[in-house]
Amino acid sequence: MTSGPVSGTNPVPDAAPADGDDVLLRVENLVKYFPIGSARPFQKREQVHAVDGVSLTVRRGQTFGIVGETGCGKSTLARCIARLYDITAGQVVFDGQDITKISQRRMRPLRTEIQMIFQDPIGSLNPRRRVGSIIGDPFAIHGLASGADRKRRVQELMERVGLNPEHFNRFPAEFSGGQRQRIGVARALAFKPKLIICDEPVSALDVSIQAQVINLLADLQAEFGLTYIFIAHDLSVVRHVSNSVAVMYLGKITEIAPADELFTRPRHPYTGALLSAVPIPNPDESDQRKQIILAGDVPSPIAPPSGCRFHPRCPKAAPVCVAEDPPLEPRLGDGPEHPAACHLPMAEGENLADFRPSISAKERIVEVEGSLLPEGAEPADIAGALPGRREGSKP
Amino acid sequence: MSMPEIRSGEEADAALLLTGEAAPAGKKIEGRSPWRLAYERLRSDRAAKIAFGTIVVIVLLAILAPVFAALVGHGPNQQFIDIGENANGGPVAPNGTFLLGTDNNGRDLFVRILYGARISLTVGVLATAISVALGVVFGLTAGYLGGFVDTFIARVIDVMLSIPALVIAVSIAFISGPSLGLVIVLVGVLSFTYLARIVRGQVISIKGKEYIEAARALGARPWRIMFIDLLPNVMAQIIVYATLLIPAAIVFEASLSFLGVGVPPPTADWGEMISTSAGYYQYGYWWFLFFPSLALLITTLAFNIFGDSVRDAFDPRGGGLFV
Repeated sequence: MTSGPVSGTNPVPDAAPADGDDVLLRVENLVKYFPIGSARPFQKREQVHAVDGVSLTVRRGQTFGIVGETGCGKSTLARCIARLYDITAGQVVFDGQDITKISQRRMRPLRTEIQMIFQDPIGSLNPRRRVGSIIGDPFAIHGLASGADRKRRVQELMERVGLNPEHFNRFPAEFSGGQRQRIGVARALAFKPKLIICDEPVSALDVSIQAQVINLLADLQAEFGLTYIFIAHDLSVVRHVSNSVAVMYLGKITEIAPADELFTRPRHPYTGALLSAVPIPNPDESDQRKQIILAGDVPSPIAPPSGCRFHPRCPKAAPVCVAEDPPLEPRLGDGPEHPAACHLPMAEGENLADFRPSISAKERIVEVEGSLLPEGAEPADIAGALPGRREGSKP
Repeated sequence: MSMPEIRSGEEADAALLLTGEAAPAGKKIEGRSPWRLAYERLRSDRAAKIAFGTIVVIVLLAILAPVFAALVGHGPNQQFIDIGENANGGPVAPNGTFLLGTDNNGRDLFVRILYGARISLTVGVLATAISVALGVVFGLTAGYLGGFVDTFIARVIDVMLSIPALVIAVSIAFISGPSLGLVIVLVGVLSFTYLARIVRGQVISIKGKEYIEAARALGARPWRIMFIDLLPNVMAQIIVYATLLIPAAIVFEASLSFLGVGVPPPTADWGEMISTSAGYYQYGYWWFLFFPSLALLITTLAFNIFGDSVRDAFDPRGGGLFV
């Protein structure tokens, strides 16, 4: 899925304030909190820490994957980058322009350069409007084409994404899931944007249809030199499409690495646990493998744990993990393109199943009230790590 | 990274797409829009058909009122002091000349009821149009923009709902002097509140959907999202409520006329007729009260039954057509 330079060969210039030409998007310490409950005077409102200090760099022509469990903040991050949400703190620089605080009015011209493809192929298309009018929306909103010209361009787009242009006058409900996702792709493609944020574009689709849509996205990337941010909870899909991959847990990035390196040499125990949950199609191999099952649930993002957010569930957890939030930096001699936020990163060949946390469950429970099961309780598997599993409705 | 070849399926799919759908065997399965479904349910609803037929007849009678007036040879405001009043100057009972009798001024009640239908329907439709326009604009704005705008509009609606509409209407009409235009505006403005609330509630439930986010991501302005993306999705609720608003507006207008602050005389009006005839009923002039009341009853009943049927037809849980 590459048409630009391969990320592994490029040093990450995070020290330099000015971006190189190949950097399309730079996110610095992005924070997004949602207040919950109703406002009361003299009382601080509780906040959901949806995204809590995320930094990343996306290069032109590449695909940047983001994986994580349901509720880890992937979609919130995507909507912050697309400025559908106001940003609590941090910075988003798109194509050399700081878009963190600009008004919706000034954001409007930039909408032609940042587009989104949504997860739900049913929910992302207005059921009361015809497909031709939905795909023609970009032209209508920005006054780019009208009348017969718009219709012609819409039909070109429909043909390009593999839809029958004669179905111009149909309603979304008359299409299958895969076709509907193609409609969403056509709509996002209308402007030939520089960046397309794909928010779980294939999660709601059948596996065979997933392949078609992914291939379509790859073809379009090659043809138009698109840059993708590809969000998913299906690790094999992300590995397949991405140049580099970021792993998110509870609003923070735990590890970023070139796709293959992440899958062969994970540093963060969370990455390791996620990878062990990927199903192997061969049952013999699958039986041999030791699956790492994380205890407990994801802690509440309203009151996230201190130190490393993963420590209540981490097999390698030590007192330092409770005390200190590990910075996202290269570990164990990795290159600058592979930072991980972990005090005790995994060495190669290390098996997480051999470890027991060096802090007691009680200590961990004190740290995170009510979010952890006592020792010996039924362990929960990693929700969302299984490919093909559907996510529930988003908050 | 190169893509593995997993495209045979896609090509087959694309080929299928480009040649149109797979040849349907036998009867074609059709996708039916909610509108179509609602229409088909309405068509199979006997009460709806009867109510709609009644409405059509009433509308035709109102439109053709001058024709009927010419046929019987009595104008709506024409007084027949010699044959239209009895010895005491009271109304004359129904007979060959006056099909439904006369009123206290010796005018043909039948012709006046037909002309009264014109006023009732005009007020019903125009006032409802005003209500719908206001309700849609305020409901969409409050629901979509939220925040301060929502709070402000919601409070205004609360205040309007807390004062009885009839009291406000009577006061204003009394101060500024009654006229048909004023009645229409009053009834329209005072009944938009429920519709605005319904639209607001629907908009709040819809605006979190991904297609609204998609529209925002495309750079659509708020008015475009409100009127092009949101409005078609609340149209069904609006239509249902509007069909129920028409009879309410007719009754509201009749109430104002009954209280003497509606359409000014001598214009024929059901509310005014009922009001005047109430004083004559006790002396045995039953037809003067009975026929205008019957006209009002049949009209509002027909609209209400039809409105109920429309609501049922748009109810997604309604069955009957899937068997």
